[in-house]
Amino acid sequence: MTDGQDSMARLDTLPKILLDHAAKRPGGAAMREKDLGIWLTWSWSKLADQARDLACGLASHGFQRGDKVAIIGDNRPELYMAMSAIQALGGVPVPFYQDSVAEEMQYVMEHSEVRFAIVEDQEQTDKVLSIRDRCPKLEGMIYKDPRGMRHYKQPGVFSLTEMQERGRTFHADNKDFFTDEVAKGKGSETAVMLYTSGTTGRPKGVMLSHDNIVITARNANARERFTDKDEVIAYLPMAWVGDHLISFGQAIVGGYTVNCPESSETVMIDLRELGPTSFFAPPRVFEGIITQVMVRMEDASWLKRKIFHYFLGVAKNVGVRLLEGKPVTMIERLQYGMGKFLVYGPLCDSLGFSNIRIAYTGGEAIGPEIFEFFRSIGVNLKILFGQTEASVYVTLQPDDEVWSDTVGVAAPETEIRFDEETGELLYRSPGVFVGYYKNEEATRETKTEDGWVHTGDAGFVDDRGHIRIIDRAKDVGKLNDGTMFAPKFLENKLKFYPDIREAVCFGDGKDFTTAFINIDLESVGNWAERNNINYGSYVDLANRDEVYDIVKGHIEATNRSLAEDPNLVGAQVKRFMILHKLLDADDGELTRTGKVRRSTVFERYDNLIAALYSEQELISVEAKVTFENGKEGVIKADLKIRDAETYAAMQKAG
Amino acid sequence: MTDTATAETTTLDTRRIGDTLLKIDDISLSFGGVKAITGVSLEIREHEICAIIGPNGAGKTSMLNVVNGFYHPQQGTITFKGEVRSQMKPHLAAAGGIARTFQNVALFRGMSTLDNIMTGRNLRMKSNFLLQALHIGPARKEELEHRHFVEGIIDFLEIEAIRKVPVGRLPYGLQKRVELGRALAAEPDLLLLDEPMAGMNVEEKEDMCRFILDVNDEFGTTIALIEHDMGVVMDISDHVVVLDHGEKIADGTPDVVRADQNVIDAYLGVAHD
Repeated sequence: MTDGQDSMARLDTLPKILLDHAAKRPGGAAMREKDLGIWLTWSWSKLADQARDLACGLASHGFQRGDKVAIIGDNRPELYMAMSAIQALGGVPVPFYQDSVAEEMQYVMEHSEVRFAIVEDQEQTDKVLSIRDRCPKLEGMIYKDPRGMRHYKQPGVFSLTEMQERGRTFHADNKDFFTDEVAKGKGSETAVMLYTSGTTGRPKGVMLSHDNIVITARNANARERFTDKDEVIAYLPMAWVGDHLISFGQAIVGGYTVNCPESSETVMIDLRELGPTSFFAPPRVFEGIITQVMVRMEDASWLKRKIFHYFLGVAKNVGVRLLEGKPVTMIERLQYGMGKFLVYGPLCDSLGFSNIRIAYTGGEAIGPEIFEFFRSIGVNLKILFGQTEASVYVTLQPDDEVWSDTVGVAAPETEIRFDEETGELLYRSPGVFVGYYKNEEATRETKTEDGWVHTGDAGFVDDRGHIRIIDRAKDVGKLNDGTMFAPKFLENKLKFYPDIREAVCFGDGKDFTTAFINIDLESVGNWAERNNINYGSYVDLANRDEVYDIVKGHIEATNRSLAEDPNLVGAQVKRFMILHKLLDADDGELTRTGKVRRSTVFERYDNLIAALYSEQELISVEAKVTFENGKEGVIKADLKIRDAETYAAMQKAG
Repeated sequence: MTDTATAETTTLDTRRIGDTLLKIDDISLSFGGVKAITGVSLEIREHEICAIIGPNGAGKTSMLNVVNGFYHPQQGTITFKGEVRSQMKPHLAAAGGIARTFQNVALFRGMSTLDNIMTGRNLRMKSNFLLQALHIGPARKEELEHRHFVEGIIDFLEIEAIRKVPVGRLPYGLQKRVELGRALAAEPDLLLLDEPMAGMNVEEKEDMCRFILDVNDEFGTTIALIEHDMGVVMDISDHVVVLDHGEKIADGTPDVVRADQNVIDAYLGVAHD
């Protein structure tokens, strides 16, 4: 065998593996996309050919090994293909969050020094053009969707078809170029650069190598038994590491099919049509699904409601044991079987969950009831914990050891340890990132000399051998009486109630805990309708005394459960206010993945926080908001502050 | 309106506005003693966007109904694509390439979005009843072609998610979008839009404007729209006609009309500091 063939056989980079699939199973389904109402399939050979055409087109434009290329758009086969094309030439794709506004993109675009940008459509093209003058390294743009693009006469803007046409000409004149370039690739080379969404400070560019991704993917696929028969739906942002592994890395390594929905609004419909074998969603999506199901059941006839709730009870009793292969009686089995026929089967089918072998969630804590709901109706939902810097997986739950309050055991080939003092979790694995791009300092702060990564999360191993995460290590503080204050822990307890969509707790260095609450419009709005309460807008509803009463009830229930733990009895929430608007990523209060940016919230709402710790019962606000199109406006409201009851230390019941 | 691509980056200004497509000569329309339109003449040229504005009761919808053939004027002529008529018949208007939307949305409430838009292809469905009922042969082929075209419209208007939803269940703004889709399905040369933005919020209006501009740009469709939002009118129209109490009081480019004293007195008013 020649050097080139040796290299290809090593299958240590994603493009090599892709070409291997195209050679061995050219007709197999690599990707599908729903377009104009029907599902169209990309075979492995089509995927490889398209990647070759694009790669050759880029080469004809002077693409060099090591060049970085921005990828901006919704989940489309063309964009995944583009990542493969770039990697084939030894380049580095840099996916962006498609919902970012131009300003947010400008920082990353400039910092990452991308030479080209491959974008989905006119909207993304316009954004890039508006910041082009501040991105000196950017030479050209390639767009996929020609709609609206006819009049664009700027230099350096090409359509994908045009680029691939040039590629075919180039390929005809340089038959071996493409395979030679792929053969040059090495596992140690950077495969992708993913910018962290940045809860604090500017986003950092995490560099992951082919080794990071390929080895992690192989391990994950082996542990979770992924084969080429699996089907997933690609609907989470391509810039997010989870999608990069599930819909790209693991898909190429495992050879399974990735399905792209028609548009972001049709995801739930497409999910139902596909019935994927694996699915990942952040906890709030699962919460949202349950809320929707429950809300719609309220509208059903009396008989149906009775049947539904009866069999949900059966599921609660039997379902989880059945799922985990634990003993159940004959009668229970029969009951569950009937439930499956009447309720769980049709329900899973309507959600698209009929074929789910494994569903994952993670990123933040999930309410135990929600978790149990899905597992009890036969959806194998598990938690995983990870980071971009780990190529996703740090811990995973095994199929038969699934609890809502742990994050599982170490992922394959992953070592875990905890810092003695702070309880911070550190890990080491083959997926550990190469470094932060152009940020030596941050890399040194995060990764030790011998490859251990500081996660910034505090946790411990519990008596089941599972790891539990408490909070961000630096957010864990103390109330003035010495009680540990872990804001996320409290916020998660509050967010378990469907009425409460988001909560931010304060207490470090204070005498008692207080909270901001965002109500969930669907859940509370539904309740308002049922109780004939009129409201004009979100602000209106959020300000009503009846809604305050409901929230107070939830807070007090949380307080009662805190009172059961002698360590936490002092952390009960004493005062709260319901905010006039939802915390929003567009306003910088949440990250693009929905996590609260504490420092922004502290700064922007300092007067409200001060009011919470005063005797005030009312405070006026005027808030700047940013609409979806980037324009700004102002909302005015008078916010009420109410007290919640706290309880003396109690014994746990039972 | 949108703060993205600026004038220097696109060449929309060189849209090819052509010859007269629709000419209305001295039209008068009365209902008994009520004079809805009195002696109005106007010309709409090919590929332009013409806005018809004016206070309520000015005769704007009546004018559209006259063009469309729902109302027959007592006096005056309509010349469409060179053919002169004293009265238009609705089915001839449709066959001739005029499609419209309605102020209060006239969709088939029980049918899905997809089916509603498919009805817009009605005039182009040629196969016979029996073949269609059995869904075989040329009828099936034709149905697939129409479906393909309609899916293109659904993609264009970004309404994939509501394809199968019965239209009656949709919020008002989406219903208006579906109705636009149905009008587009007929591949019209002249599109009459009656208050397409009524009841929409800022973001929905921006979307609707984008669609209207895209239709005009991509398919070259001539558009006549009745609209009350002055921002929209001034921003997207090439040509503005102002009616008041059934008479035309101004006719010209947005800038000319905006500065016309008669228009200011009758409709626009002045800003008070």
